[in-house]
Amino acid sequence: MTDLIEMTGIGKKFAGVIALSDANLSIRPGEVHAIIGQNGAGKSTLIKVLTGVYRRDAGDVRMAGRDLSITSAREAQDAGIATIYQELNLVPLRSVTENVIMGYEPRTRLGLIDWKAAHARTRQILTRFGVDIDVTRPLGEYSTAIQQLVAIARAVSLKAQLVIMDEATSSLDDQEIETLFSVVRGLKQDGVAVLYISHFLDELYRICDRVTVMRDGRTVATHDVADTTKLGLVTEMLGRDAGEIQAAGLTALSGGHSDPGPVLLQATGLRTRTGLRGVDLTIRKGEILGLGGLLGSGRTETARALFGLDPLVSGQITHHSGAALDNPATAITQRIGFLTEDRKVDGIIPHLSVRENITLAILPQLRKGGAIDRAREREIADHYIKALQIKTAGMEQPIRELSGGNQQKVLLARWLALEPEILILDEPTRGVDVGAKFEIQSIIRDQVAAGLSVLLISSEFEELVEGADRIVVLQDGRSVRELHNPGLTQDALIGAIAQHQNSEVAA
Amino acid sequence: MNAPDQGRFALDPARHGAAIALAVIVIFNLIVTPNFFQPQTLFVNISQMATIAIVAMGMTLVIATGGIDLSVGAVMALTGALAPLIFLSDFAQANPALGLIAAIGLPILIALCCGVFNGLLVSRFGVQPIVATLILFISGRGLAQVLTNGNLQTFSHPSFSYLGTGRVLGLPFQGWLVLIIAILLSWVVARSTFGRQLLAVGGNERAARLSGIPVHRVKIGAYVICAGLAGLAGLIVVAINSASDAARIGNLMELDAIAAAVVGGTLLQGGRAPIFGAILGAVIIQLVKYTLLANGIADEVALIAKAAIIIAAVYLQQARKE
Repeated sequence: MTDLIEMTGIGKKFAGVIALSDANLSIRPGEVHAIIGQNGAGKSTLIKVLTGVYRRDAGDVRMAGRDLSITSAREAQDAGIATIYQELNLVPLRSVTENVIMGYEPRTRLGLIDWKAAHARTRQILTRFGVDIDVTRPLGEYSTAIQQLVAIARAVSLKAQLVIMDEATSSLDDQEIETLFSVVRGLKQDGVAVLYISHFLDELYRICDRVTVMRDGRTVATHDVADTTKLGLVTEMLGRDAGEIQAAGLTALSGGHSDPGPVLLQATGLRTRTGLRGVDLTIRKGEILGLGGLLGSGRTETARALFGLDPLVSGQITHHSGAALDNPATAITQRIGFLTEDRKVDGIIPHLSVRENITLAILPQLRKGGAIDRAREREIADHYIKALQIKTAGMEQPIRELSGGNQQKVLLARWLALEPEILILDEPTRGVDVGAKFEIQSIIRDQVAAGLSVLLISSEFEELVEGADRIVVLQDGRSVRELHNPGLTQDALIGAIAQHQNSEVAA
Repeated sequence: MNAPDQGRFALDPARHGAAIALAVIVIFNLIVTPNFFQPQTLFVNISQMATIAIVAMGMTLVIATGGIDLSVGAVMALTGALAPLIFLSDFAQANPALGLIAAIGLPILIALCCGVFNGLLVSRFGVQPIVATLILFISGRGLAQVLTNGNLQTFSHPSFSYLGTGRVLGLPFQGWLVLIIAILLSWVVARSTFGRQLLAVGGNERAARLSGIPVHRVKIGAYVICAGLAGLAGLIVVAINSASDAARIGNLMELDAIAAAVVGGTLLQGGRAPIFGAILGAVIIQLVKYTLLANGIADEVALIAKAAIIIAAVYLQQARKE
């Protein structure tokens, strides 16, 4: 049987950084094919090469045996490839019908849009998916799930042979996911292939036929889903040996304990609308508590809840001061800092100088009769620029002109200037070069030695395992295990993450 | 390559552009316009420019938070209509001093309330600034006209008129007012915690909130200052004319103020508040109006010229982006 899509030896670099190298992907007609991999493994780059968003540097793409060269969304559509993004690219204010037929409207003899035919066709397509809605209403009135189905309906109406679904279920509830899955099965029956990208391994076992695992810009392996185990897939995603992980995972239970200081903060049964479904953790003085887990397990959401950014649906956060941590300003008053994951979106104020960015969180302390105490401000900025070896032309340089690593150091300085008691670090070394990474890690280590408590989130297991005294393992918004150092190894951590995944399959 | 050590008030291309434009206009006038180099011309231009500049400075603060205030013209109409109503009342006739204080203080107070209203809508209720301030843009002037029954109020009140016609050291009083307000606001932007918070909110609202900045309060503050200054400008306009017509006070002022702020180097996406830039913008807009008027070119053409200036300013801002 000829493969529908055959991508071989795909290579792609961004500004000299390798994003894909020798990646291969083959999709058969009418199969549901999953791509899995950690963040940055190259999944979306590979998809974007396929759909013509990026131009490949090396390799071949064939569709039904013929060479394929796509350079625009319209060309992809005409070739029979439709992409359903997590962020839907539909027009919420226009009717369902208009969204489905946009660009391909049926015409009357006078050249006007034949609305009767258009509505009828839309209704017919949606009924096939078991969706019975008023197609003349604006799309935005319906739930995300319906909107996603409409996007798929559009794809089908364009005679797509391949539907790519990128994180399609991430904003759906359980029942909506069911509907989506039945549509996927329907597509399969009609001979349409589906390329499915998801962080949730469970979903893969429910609807996918084959799975391609990616790691570090390469495709590691392609399996029939029936032949795999979750443990096997996780180990391939992370690049570890399965037997090793299982052995190490079992012994991790007897891990040691670091010198426990007094409890500063205790969280029990945290539930939020952002996806936490029962997180327990305790932060003690002078320790690094790690949060482990795969993407989507609720690590950042836990941090946001502790910092008072997302309201709790239930559960409790008890701070030793007795203060209710229900907004960032209160948390900051209690000397809790939060170095966020996304430097650009949540961190830097681009037009402000390095000095102004460093002192942002301590403005109340610098206030002197409504004015900022400039002398003290300069002193503090100067101190941290020196202490953290921030490379800048001077404290007055706008932060946007600094390199990523130095921006990150400025943001770290912002929180260290608070002389925090608890510092939450979400991916503190992501996207910074090796040198800056090492420096940032040693700064954190020094601060902890001086009595700081850290809640550390990192996708790099090496960083977590070497840094943390204890690691709370999260899965699907729940804390499932706690691991202790010394004696903690990367394999033990991966084992803990993988084992739980595995035991769920057995259950 | 790194930029040399420079403060926020160092020259940058956008401001260079405005300064060059100003120089060109002045030189053009010196050559072409008769009697341009006369004290009388200077006085006229200063008193006309002052209201634009005062409103534009407030607008600059609002734009710095990433917002916009369309209601400034309507707020001017409101205060401009109220003041004569108060000082022409029987109470004020009986107590001239108290009446004057009330005629200035009460309208300003009401203007500040308008600012609170705008600020609450934008921050607390998350209404888009254009829509939120459109409410008072429409209803404010309507209210002013209802208050005055749509009548033109004329008056003769020397002490009140000092706001618009007084001289200090030979220069119009409102020119000094502009200078004082500018120095005050520049200090606020550069030195006060409120100013820093304002720039942080406009530069990156999410990051500001994460750093514990009271985002709502800061935004309300900006709208309140803007409305207060608009209210003051409304009083000045009435004082200059010794007459108050609710339908005309501050008409299209929101556009002049936004244009002055943009020409002065304020980024519409927020994060920068060049106060003296706003004055420069106001001066340029006033001079363009004056140049065309003095050379007998129709008012309608002046509008087109203003549009051209805005296009040039926006182009400079775009070119400046890295």
